[in-house]
Amino acid sequence: MIDITSILTIVFVAAGIFFLLIGSIGIIRLPDFYSRTHATSKSDTLGMMLVIIGLMIFEGLTINSGKLFLILLFILLANPVGAHALARAALNSGLKPIFPDNKKDKTEG
Amino acid sequence: MDSFFLYAAVVLTAIIAIPAYRVVKGPTVFDRLVGTNAIATKTIVLICLIGYVFGRIDMFIDITLAYAILGFIGSLTIAKYFSSEKINVRYDD
Repeated sequence: MIDITSILTIVFVAAGIFFLLIGSIGIIRLPDFYSRTHATSKSDTLGMMLVIIGLMIFEGLTINSGKLFLILLFILLANPVGAHALARAALNSGLKPIFPDNKKDKTEG
Repeated sequence: MDSFFLYAAVVLTAIIAIPAYRVVKGPTVFDRLVGTNAIATKTIVLICLIGYVFGRIDMFIDITLAYAILGFIGSLTIAKYFSSEKINVRYDD
């Protein structure tokens, strides 16, 4: 019952869920908005790509596999663009990044 | 193999519950938006896994495509809307 397709699917999906867990922990633990954006953008994109590649291996070469590939391509383009737009909006609206010398002067700003 | 997809979906649901803390407690509105964006990305994966659990992936894939496009458009629109507001929050602690 255990063949090479099942083993590859289990490995890819487990690795993807591990990276999604890393992204969630980064959203909780990191101290700043910009570092949180960094964590969620890259880790979530990689984890989602790994899970969907595992599902494509499980599916085989059908039309559903092609649709899964379209979802993968769309998220690969859209998720970093969304994170960039959000970070640029935050920078335009005056949110300061956290720096060691930025933390000293609390008088202005 | 069905039970593996079921366990993966349960674990992924527990992972999705983690950024809801940032959505509730974020200091600025952009922290809440980052949490919402992370929840949307993980929900796309969860809908795919649920399609394999139910055995009807040909229906759930279209739902996933529509959800991905709607989440992307919503994120861009909200970012453009909040780009013109001035906020004054510093991370002091």
